[in-house]
Amino acid sequence: MSFDNVYEALSEDGDARWAFGTGFADPLAGVDTTVPPDVAGADLAAYCLMLGDDALVMSHRLQEWCTNAPDLEEEVALANIGLDLLGQTRMLYARAGHADGTGRGEDAYAYFREPEDFANVRLTETPRGDFGDLIAKLLVFATWRLALLQRLITSRDPVLAAIAAKGVKEVAYHRDHAAQWAVRLGDGTEESHRRMQAGLDRLWPLVGELFAPHEVEERLARAGVAADPAGLRAEFDAVLDQVLTAATLRRPDVPPEPGGGRGAHTDALAPLLAELQSVARAHPEATW
Amino acid sequence: MSETFLYEVFVRGKRGLNHVHVGSLHAPDDEMALRNARDLYTRRNEGVSIWVVKASHIAASSPDEKDPFFAPSADKVYRHPTFYDIPDDVPHM
Repeated sequence: MSFDNVYEALSEDGDARWAFGTGFADPLAGVDTTVPPDVAGADLAAYCLMLGDDALVMSHRLQEWCTNAPDLEEEVALANIGLDLLGQTRMLYARAGHADGTGRGEDAYAYFREPEDFANVRLTETPRGDFGDLIAKLLVFATWRLALLQRLITSRDPVLAAIAAKGVKEVAYHRDHAAQWAVRLGDGTEESHRRMQAGLDRLWPLVGELFAPHEVEERLARAGVAADPAGLRAEFDAVLDQVLTAATLRRPDVPPEPGGGRGAHTDALAPLLAELQSVARAHPEATW
Repeated sequence: MSETFLYEVFVRGKRGLNHVHVGSLHAPDDEMALRNARDLYTRRNEGVSIWVVKASHIAASSPDEKDPFFAPSADKVYRHPTFYDIPDDVPHM
């Protein structure tokens, strides 16, 4: 180990090619990919698309902060979180292509479906807004998704369980990051408090959808594959209350926005997908 | 942000024995500095432990003092144990 080059000192086994990365782990190594025999492949695929679409759309909204974040440190943090979610998306899309028997790849799901085919919750697609909107959205999304993934660790689908086990560590950090900011903004200046509260207020009508079960989720939850979203509410409320109290923020008291239900979308999704899909659709044969 | 401080970041690698200075960053407080360090300096699997310290808390030798500080040790050859015969089976010497 040399101390002349800090990265050499940090790399494993003195690998001089530290820039290429070392010590990678494959989260799906050795996992049985057989779909449990009593589980409908179409249901499992639909469920993987719900979770994958949530992560993809949320990831895209986070990536929109690149070059727009309040400082460089936060910009990299947001990009890291977006990339974590993109990684989850890829594994979930790959599982969907296996489970529905079509063998479709990740790109087919991300780039060559129409907005009405996407199953993400509307909360993920809301326009970028300001930093208060972002932290409110990230706090709500990560708190909800962490509760969900923690339950999927024991899913009877071994691939979903492995994806969840990896995702829990990632999303726990996302939730912590959002909570740290929520406390600093909420308990910060008058202006930061106002904006943080406004972000929560704008978002809150879409929170109810997170806990409304889709029929696919109900069937798979009975089969021990999925988590019943209604069962996540108590944990979500407890975590949110703790953060909001520390942040001197109040839980918005607004009625839920009707609609949604994993398939109905706001006007914001189509332009988001148009941008996300533009390169792949302009050059459908390209590889990267 | 209304106020941020410059922090110096030290990371210990998986097999490293000590924390190594890897760079600096800005943060409003210690907690965010640790998290920013995690996001900026360990995203390629470099570390298992991070220290951050406000740069203003580091007392550093001045370049102006370089000669009085360091030059006097340059000719003290007797401070190096080069006058001993070291057996071949003694490592790390």
